[in-house]
Amino acid sequence: MQMVNLTIDGTPVSVPAGTTVLEAARTLNIDIPTLCFLKEINAIGACRICVVENRVNGNGRLVAACVFPVAEGMEIHTHSPMVLKARRQTLELILSNHDKKCLSCVRSGTCELQRLCNEYKVEKEDAYEGEMNVYPIDDTAAHMVRDNNKCILCRRCVAVCEKTQAVSVIGANERGFATHIGSAFDDGLGLTSCVSCGQCIVACPTGALAERDDTDKVWAALADPTKHVVVQVAPSIRVTLGEAFDMEIGTNVEGKMVTALKRLGFDKVFDTDFSADLTIMEEAHELIERVQNGGALPMITSCSPGWIKFCEYNFPDMIPHLSTCKSPQQMFGAMVKTYYAEKNNIDPKDIVSVSVMPCTAKKFEVGREDQNAAGLPDVDISITTRELARMIKRAGIVFSKLEDSAFDHPLGIGSGAGLIFGATGGVMEAALRTAVETLTGEELGKLEFTDVRGTAGIKEASYQVGGLDVKVAVCSGLANAKELLKKVQSGEADYTFIEIMACPGGCVNGGGQPFQPASIRNFEDLRAMRAQALYDTDASMALRKSHDNPMIQELYKTYLEHPGSHKAHELLHTSYVARNRFGDQ
Amino acid sequence: MSNKSPVPFRGTKEQEQKLREVIAQHKDQDGPLMPVLQEAQAIYGYLPIEVQKIISEELDIPLEHIYGVVTFYAQFSLAPKGQYKIAVCLGTACYVKGSGDILNKIKEIIGIDVGECTPDGRFSLEATRCIGACGLAPVMTVNDEVYGRLVVGDVADILKKYMG
Repeated sequence: MQMVNLTIDGTPVSVPAGTTVLEAARTLNIDIPTLCFLKEINAIGACRICVVENRVNGNGRLVAACVFPVAEGMEIHTHSPMVLKARRQTLELILSNHDKKCLSCVRSGTCELQRLCNEYKVEKEDAYEGEMNVYPIDDTAAHMVRDNNKCILCRRCVAVCEKTQAVSVIGANERGFATHIGSAFDDGLGLTSCVSCGQCIVACPTGALAERDDTDKVWAALADPTKHVVVQVAPSIRVTLGEAFDMEIGTNVEGKMVTALKRLGFDKVFDTDFSADLTIMEEAHELIERVQNGGALPMITSCSPGWIKFCEYNFPDMIPHLSTCKSPQQMFGAMVKTYYAEKNNIDPKDIVSVSVMPCTAKKFEVGREDQNAAGLPDVDISITTRELARMIKRAGIVFSKLEDSAFDHPLGIGSGAGLIFGATGGVMEAALRTAVETLTGEELGKLEFTDVRGTAGIKEASYQVGGLDVKVAVCSGLANAKELLKKVQSGEADYTFIEIMACPGGCVNGGGQPFQPASIRNFEDLRAMRAQALYDTDASMALRKSHDNPMIQELYKTYLEHPGSHKAHELLHTSYVARNRFGDQ
Repeated sequence: MSNKSPVPFRGTKEQEQKLREVIAQHKDQDGPLMPVLQEAQAIYGYLPIEVQKIISEELDIPLEHIYGVVTFYAQFSLAPKGQYKIAVCLGTACYVKGSGDILNKIKEIIGIDVGECTPDGRFSLEATRCIGACGLAPVMTVNDEVYGRLVVGDVADILKKYMG
């Protein structure tokens, strides 16, 4: 590898050719601010906040560190007067067309623009007075709200929607001062074929994009004495919630999280891990049945509502390949309002079923058709990790000091297999653990299926399962899904079973997860760090297979009969609809 | 919020066939979108959502991407041209002689903004750069008719002629 020598702020450094100034500086623990740049997603050098002084023969020139490659003998200054002045001026110019209502902004405290204005001592918020654009707020989508008045046109959202997700329903419209991010014909997002993944929200540096806040509905339910309020928490929340309380990325806070939920006043705190196990029972059974009876193969997982919507919009021909299993969130809701309600003699009408999810698409999913096992919506309110963190803060709960508690019974028991649902490859691994043991009747020696782990966008593996050749693929990020499905459609690939998650890396990197600024995302792999916490926890558990979950066994024995039974189909399975590729536009 | 033209789409089978031929011609070349949009506008006179959807499907380019290009360039129009195309000159001479007020009066009477077309398809409104009739400033045109040395009070009478 060819190395390049340069100095940054007087310190010599040697880095491989092709490294950007931004990356080279980081090796010296120098943080250069970025707004538009987001690693692997957006590198357009447009916002100019990352400018550094490239000094040649004593003459300085400003270059964009995020895209400027190092060169031999280069002399870079990252905080010279020229640089500091330019960065402050850039911030002042952004503020000249920015709705500065920081006090009420959902991103106050996590806003990257706000932090930089503070760090760069921007004292005059109105240094450049003049015309300001005023845009209507777009609240047409079920899962999110767009406020262009707070948009700084960094285009991270556009890049993630197009490149990572192949959805492309937002982009830059018009030109010059009128340029704004929007959908075709400036229709509301709710009319488009947006899949609700929320990746644009976690990419946004400011308060321009935010999830639809449903916390008021939860507060109201908790305050209503006539309601029995049950909450389920998705597997990945326990390894990300801590980040909202300044804990290290990849810290498992399950015990504190359960305590906090109990203190908030939920009547029962349950674990979606349980219904992930239930999903595996149904899905493994469905797969075996399809293989044995010539059903549509490959079968594709249906846990990720962003992926489901993407399939309905863009690959309606593939709908027969989708597992008919409801997602774990919905299976859980179905069990709460049927099994749990009957067992505890509670009228399902009096139950408020709340879910805490890493996902904004879950907000859309709760309103889907054919998700009402008890004749009522399976889940009433779905909130994201971020909304839960806000509730905990508002309730004055000192999260980091909380003692641990355990989930309530009976729906609080989950296996390690259910837990790893939160990472790409996790559903596949959990399904394999159960499918192999079911088909061979023998106990697995090694439970880890490492070929399907890791953050690669598309992973493939082949297994011999009880004399059956099983070819599997695991895919996360919808652009990868599109690529994979085209191969399936053309016959180039012949898998038996495919796991698809809409968000890159799976739920641990979902659109509802805590914000991490570009200064972290550009240098750390959130997906891997959060997933590692799930795999470590799984490895330390005694119960690691869905079919060994005693509560699952009990549920089938006393209520559902057996996987794939008529009753299981009625309560735990659903249907899909072909949608127009242009949505309702 | 939506920027769709309120004028119903009146595209014909022949126009669509021509559009598809144009797309087929350009499909395999680099950067097919601009020439296709230009020819599509020549066929239809404007680029409504119905036309952009066909282009999106055929070229496999997202609709938003196409809309972004259409709204970036001034040469493309989202609204059809009316039976009577009104143009008001906003060149320097006309502007200092008060063509801005003329334009505002027209907008008030026919109820549309620059770049739009009335829902009945009768009038469309444009603001132009200098049309070279500075001696007659301020000037407006309706199709090929030129009206010069205007005052705001003239506007209503001129438009009345075209209201049928």
